[in-house]
Amino acid sequence: MQRVIEFMLGLTFGLGLLISGMTDPGKVQGFLDLAGAWDPSLAFVMGGGVMVGLLGFGLAKKKVISFSGTPFHWPETAHIDRPLVLGSLMFGIGWGLAGFCPGPALVAMAAGNDKALVFVLAMLGGMVLFDRFKKRDN
Amino acid sequence: MQIDWLNFTPWPALLGGILLGIAASILFLNSGRILGITGILEGLLTPKSSDSPWRFSFLLGIFAAPLVAKFILPANLLSPPRIDANWITVVAAGLLVGFGTRWGAGCTSGHGICGLSRLSVRSLVATLSFMGTGFITVFVIRHLL
Repeated sequence: MQRVIEFMLGLTFGLGLLISGMTDPGKVQGFLDLAGAWDPSLAFVMGGGVMVGLLGFGLAKKKVISFSGTPFHWPETAHIDRPLVLGSLMFGIGWGLAGFCPGPALVAMAAGNDKALVFVLAMLGGMVLFDRFKKRDN
Repeated sequence: MQIDWLNFTPWPALLGGILLGIAASILFLNSGRILGITGILEGLLTPKSSDSPWRFSFLLGIFAAPLVAKFILPANLLSPPRIDANWITVVAAGLLVGFGTRWGAGCTSGHGICGLSRLSVRSLVATLSFMGTGFITVFVIRHLL
C-alpha cells in the first residue's frame, strides 16, 4: 500500500512539473532571463509549492510520527557551509546553461526527449564523480 | 524590466506549483521523507537496502507522468520542451547539475520547495545561490556571448 501511495505522489509531482512548465527549458530560461523579455511564471510555481508546503510541514512539526508510522526524517544539517554554497552556485550554472534541473529532466526524459536523456546521463555521471572526489578527500 | 506577456502563464504555473506542494507535503506527512530529487537519486545510486523501495516507487510515478498527462490533460496545457542548448552544452550542464546538487546536498525540490516550506535558512541560502548563478548564466549566454 505504501508503495502505491509513493507512486501516486511521484505521479502528482511529475504532473505538477509538466503543468507548471518546468519541463520546458525555454520557459525556465525565460524566467532566468531578467535582462530580456522576462517570463515571471516560475515564481508562481515556487509560490504555489511553498504556500502548500508551509501548511504541510507546519502540520508535521506538530506531529511526532508520520501517518505510516515511520519517524519523520527531518534533515539533520542546518548550518551554512562552503559545500552548500559552492555546490548550489555550481548547480545554478548548469541549470541556466540547459534550463533543466533534476526533476524536470527526469520527466522530459520519460516523455522521450533525447537531449533530456543525455542530460540525465551526464547528471548521473556528475553525481558519481562527486562521490569519487568525496571518497578521495576522506 | 520588460515582461514577456505572451509566454506568461500564471495559472498553470500556480496550479503546477500547488501539485508540487501537495506531493511534497503528503510524502513527508505520510512517509516522513523529504521530496528531494537529488536525495532520491543519491539513495538509488548508493542503496542502503531499507531506504530504497520508496525512492524507487516515487521515481516510477515520475516516469509515468508524461504518459498519464497525455490522457488526462488538455494538450494546450502542456508545453513541448524547447531546448536551445547544443549537445556539448547539454552534457556540460548535466555534469554541473549532478556534481553541484550532490555537493550542495539538494536542488530545486529539496532546498527550493521543501526547505523553504520548513523555513530552513540553510535551504534559503542554497536557493538564493543557485538562482543567482542561474540568472547570471542566462545573462551571459543570451546577452554577452
